[in-house]
Amino acid sequence: MSVQERDPLTGQVTTGHEWDGIKELRTPIPNWWLITFIVTWVLSIGYLVLYPSFATTKSYAPGILGWSSRNDLSEATQQARDMQSAWRNQILATPLEQIEDNEELRRFAVAGGVAAFNENCAACHGVGAVGQIGQFPSLIDDDWLWGGTITDIHTTIRHGIRTASDDARASEMPAFGDVMTGEEIVATADYVLSLSDRSLDAMRASMPGAALFADNCESCHGAGGEGNREFGAPRLNDAIWLYGGTRDAVIRQITQPKMGQMPTWESRLDEGTIRMLAVYVHTLGGGEK
Amino acid sequence: MHGIITQDERQAVVIPGYDEQIVRWFTLATVIWALVGLSAGLLVALQLTFPSLNFSEYATFGRLRPVHVSGVVLAFAGNALLATSLYVVQRTCQVGLWGGRQLSMLLFFGYQLVLVLALTGYPLGITQSKEYAEPEWYADLLLLAVWLTYLAIFTGTLARRREPHIYVANWFYLAFIITVAVLHIVNNLAIPVSFVGTKSYSQFAGVQDALIQWWYGHNMIGFFLTAGFIGMMYYFVPKQAERPIYSYRLSIVHFWALIFLYIWAGPHHLHYSALPDWAQTLGMAFSIMLWIPSWGGMINGIMTLSGAWGKLRSDPILRFLVVAVAFYGMATFEGPLMSIKAVNALSHYTDWTVGHVHSGALGWVAFMVFGSIYYLVPRLWRSPLWSHRLVEWHFWIATIGIVLYITAMWVAGIAQGLMWRAYDQFGFLQYSFADSVAMLHPYYLVRALGGLLYLLGALLMAFNVFMTIAASRSRRANLRQSERPGIDSMRPSVSEG
Repeated sequence: MSVQERDPLTGQVTTGHEWDGIKELRTPIPNWWLITFIVTWVLSIGYLVLYPSFATTKSYAPGILGWSSRNDLSEATQQARDMQSAWRNQILATPLEQIEDNEELRRFAVAGGVAAFNENCAACHGVGAVGQIGQFPSLIDDDWLWGGTITDIHTTIRHGIRTASDDARASEMPAFGDVMTGEEIVATADYVLSLSDRSLDAMRASMPGAALFADNCESCHGAGGEGNREFGAPRLNDAIWLYGGTRDAVIRQITQPKMGQMPTWESRLDEGTIRMLAVYVHTLGGGEK
Repeated sequence: MHGIITQDERQAVVIPGYDEQIVRWFTLATVIWALVGLSAGLLVALQLTFPSLNFSEYATFGRLRPVHVSGVVLAFAGNALLATSLYVVQRTCQVGLWGGRQLSMLLFFGYQLVLVLALTGYPLGITQSKEYAEPEWYADLLLLAVWLTYLAIFTGTLARRREPHIYVANWFYLAFIITVAVLHIVNNLAIPVSFVGTKSYSQFAGVQDALIQWWYGHNMIGFFLTAGFIGMMYYFVPKQAERPIYSYRLSIVHFWALIFLYIWAGPHHLHYSALPDWAQTLGMAFSIMLWIPSWGGMINGIMTLSGAWGKLRSDPILRFLVVAVAFYGMATFEGPLMSIKAVNALSHYTDWTVGHVHSGALGWVAFMVFGSIYYLVPRLWRSPLWSHRLVEWHFWIATIGIVLYITAMWVAGIAQGLMWRAYDQFGFLQYSFADSVAMLHPYYLVRALGGLLYLLGALLMAFNVFMTIAASRSRRANLRQSERPGIDSMRPSVSEG
C-alpha cells in the first residue's frame, strides 16, 4: 500500500499514501512561511505584554504601558475641549446680537452650529435646513413663524415649541370643524388662498369667505393675512405653506389643524451650543435684525 | 472537453455500497438554495439603494437580510458542505456511509426542514437577533438533532474506513462538524417564554452576550465557511488538477495552527465597544497570529498546481477552484489587517466590513462550491457536463460581479470611515451621518449590479446542471431500451430530477 514514488513534475517524493487517487508530496514547509509565522507570534506576544491582555480574578493586568481606552478617550476629549475653550468662552461672554459682528467668532459659531445642527436638528429640518414639506419648516427662507432675529431664534431653540416647558413657544389654533359648517370652511379656505393671489385683489372683499375670515381668523393672522409672530400665526399672504397650499390642504388645516412641536433644547444642549445653533440658523434665513 | 468525458467513463465504475443518492440530493439542494440566497441578497442590496422597495413590514430590509444571510450561509454553503463531505468521506475511506439510507435521508429532510422553518420565520419577525444564529429555540433544537446525526454518520464512516490513514480533507470536515456543534449549543442557550410560543431569551446578557455571540459568529466563519471549505479544497483541487497535494507536512502544521488560533479571534468584532480592553487586545493578537496558518491552506491549494499551471487556461472548473483559493488568501490577509485596532477604528461599522465578508463569501466560499458542483454533477449523474462554454461564461460573469461588489464596498466603506472622523479647522465634525448615507447611493448601485451579475452566473449554473441531469436521464432510458446490462443495473434505482 505505502509505496513512495517521485513526482516527475516537481521532483518531490510522495508520502506513499493514496486516497481515491490523491497522493501527497513531502515538500518541506516553505521557510518564509515559518519565519513569518514566528514573526507574527513575536509581535503579538510583545503587544500582549505592552497592553492590557489578561484577566485576573478581580480585575485585569494593565500591561507595561498602562494604556486604557477610557483614559485615551478622556484625554482626546479634553484636548479637543482645550482647543476650543477660548472660542467657546468668547461666545458666552459676547452679547448674542454682537457675535456675528466679529468675523472670526462668526465663523467658529457657524462651524459649531452646523455640527450641532447635523446631530440634533437635521433629522426633522433636513441636512442644510431645507425642511420637509407638510411636516417641518424650512429654515433657509425669511418666513419665520416665531420671529427671525437672532434673539427670537435663540429663544425658540432654547425653550422649544408647544412642549411641557413653561417658557416654550405656545399657541393653539382652534379646530373650526367643530364650530363652522362645511360650506363655511370651504368659503374661508377660498378666501385664505386668495390672499396670495394678486389678480383677486379687486374682488376679494366681495368673496363669501371675507366676513368669515374677519370674524374667525383676523385676530391672529391679521386683516391681510400678514400673520402674527407673537402667536406663531403663519403669514397667509405669501406662497409658503408649511402644511400644503392646495385647497384640500387648507380646508384640512382649518377643520383640524396640525400644529408643530419642537423639543426644549436647553435641557439637552449647553448654552454655548444653543448660541452657535442660533447664529447658524440666523445666517441661513436672511439675518433679520 | 475530451479529457473530461474519458474521466467520466473511467469513474463510471460504481463501487457498491457508496450512497450517492444522498449526495445527489444535497447537490440539488445546494443549487436551489443558491438561487434563493442570492436573489434575497440582490433584493436587500436594491432596498438599500432604493428605500422605497421596502414594501411592507414583512418585506423590509431588516427582516429580509437574515433570509439572505441564512440563505447563503446555512442553506447554500451548508448543503454544499453536506454534499461534498458525504461524497469525500466515502471516496477517501473507500466505504459507504455509516447508518444506512434511512439515517442519511433523515439528515437530508431534517436539515431542509430547519432551513424552511428558519427562513419562513424571519419575514414574520421570528428571530433571536443574533447574527448567523437568528433561528429561535425550536429550530435550534431540531438543528442540534440533525447536526448530531451528521456527526454520527461522518465519524461512523471514518471509523469503519478501509484506508489506514484519515485523509486531510476529513480532518477539516470533522473539525468543522464538531466545532459547529459546540458553537451552536453554547450561543443558543436560551429559555423559551412558553413551549407554544416562538420567543425565547438568551442565557447571557449585556457584553457577555455580545462576546458569546461573536465567539460564535467569528467561528461560524472560521469553521463553517473556512475549515469545512478547506476540506472541500483538499479533495476537489487535487482531483480536478490531477496533481498530488503540495506538502503533507504543511497540511498538518496549518491544520493544528488554524484550529487552535481561530477560536480566540472573535473579540475583534467588538473593538471599541463595552468589551473590556484586555479581551479586545487578546482578540486582536490571535487574529494576527491567524494570518499565516490561513495562508498555509492557500499555499497547499495553489501550489498543488505546480507543474500543471497550463490547465488553468483550458479548464474553467479548475479556475473556479483556484481563484477561490486566491480569494481565500486575500480575505485572510485583509481580516487580520482589519482586526488591528488602528485600522479597525476606520473600518468598524462601515461597508468595508461588508466588502470583506463578501470577498470571502463570493470569492472563496461560493467559487469553491461552484467548482465542486461542476466536478460532482457529471460524476453523480454519469453524464458529461451539458456545456463547458456555460461554465466559462459563469466564471467570467461571476468574477466581474465580485470585482464590482468588493471595489464598490471598499471605496464606500473607507469613504464612510473618513467622513465620520472628519473634523473642520475648529475641531467640529464636518459631516452629518445623513451626509455619509447620501454619499453611498452610487456605490450601492454598483454593488447591486455586482450582485445581479453574480445571480445571473448562478442561474447559468442551475440551467447547466438541469440540462446535464436531463441528458443523463435520456441516456439511461436509451440504455434500458437496448437492454444492455449497463452501469444502471449495478446501482439501486434512482428517481432524481
